[in-house]
Amino acid sequence: MASTLSWNQSRRSVIRDALGVAIASGAYALSFGAIATASGLSLLQTVALSVLMFTGASQFALVGVIGTGGSVWAGAATAALLGSRNALYGLRLSSLLNVRGLRRIAAAHFVIDETTAMAIGRDTERASRFAFWATGPILFTFWNLGTLIGALATHALPDPKVLGLDAAPPAAFLALLAPRLRAREPLAIAIAAGVLALICLPFVPAGVPLLIVAMLVGLLGLRRSHG
Amino acid sequence: MIWAGVLVASAGCYLLKLAGLSLPPRLLQDARIQRTVPLIPVALLAALVATQTFATGQHLVIDARAGALSVALVAVLLRAPFLVVVVAAAATAALLRLI
Repeated sequence: MASTLSWNQSRRSVIRDALGVAIASGAYALSFGAIATASGLSLLQTVALSVLMFTGASQFALVGVIGTGGSVWAGAATAALLGSRNALYGLRLSSLLNVRGLRRIAAAHFVIDETTAMAIGRDTERASRFAFWATGPILFTFWNLGTLIGALATHALPDPKVLGLDAAPPAAFLALLAPRLRAREPLAIAIAAGVLALICLPFVPAGVPLLIVAMLVGLLGLRRSHG
Repeated sequence: MIWAGVLVASAGCYLLKLAGLSLPPRLLQDARIQRTVPLIPVALLAALVATQTFATGQHLVIDARAGALSVALVAVLLRAPFLVVVVAAAATAALLRLI
């Protein structure tokens, strides 16, 4: 009896948290819808990204690279590289969720920053699983609604540049980056990566500096752990 | 062309998520991978901030976007919510262009 009561309580608190996270990402999705549209994606392409890719930083990166005249493929490669962290989240989640077959196929789509944060650090595996499966679909709904509203609103504008929307992507990337800079090493890497990207920029096609930077940090990380 | 990029990148992102759930844990638990993968978003996001602010095509430029980024940086340091950071930056760029 007592455990049923506390399970109901913990379920309610998980759903409350999930709604909070989902509303915050809905707001974030508004700006994605606006930026994607201002970068030249059609309404359908913008919505398709939020439905199919469903991982914020990668989506912003793809439309950011396209918006500044980079090749679609440089944008796609950057998006995939940014998505590599989701593989590590999946690793954290695989023992918690213990999903197979079709459930795994469905669960994979929801493996992102927010669902991982909501699922790990719960008291029981049951609560972790509930948190994952509650947060995923709620967030997916708000994320796509936000995208649609942001894209429709921007479509209605005569010229998105008048509203400074072309200046929005760097601010969005900065806001995504900031929480990852709480230690000295990531801060040093961030500064070096920014400078290096600007140094190679005049010599290679738009979007390619990103891939150079990703490759170098990959090599650096792999080498340093050897020593 | 944009469609192809959208679909291929979406498929790539999905497969990475699925790989994490499906691969034998010891493959991804490798210390080098655990250390390196979290650094990739840091480097890429920083490179995106730099290039999207200071470049037009292959040319380095300083324009209204630099002002917008400064305002965004202040907003981030004040721990403003995501939407506030983005709107403040866009509004700054729009105002700077009016002046």
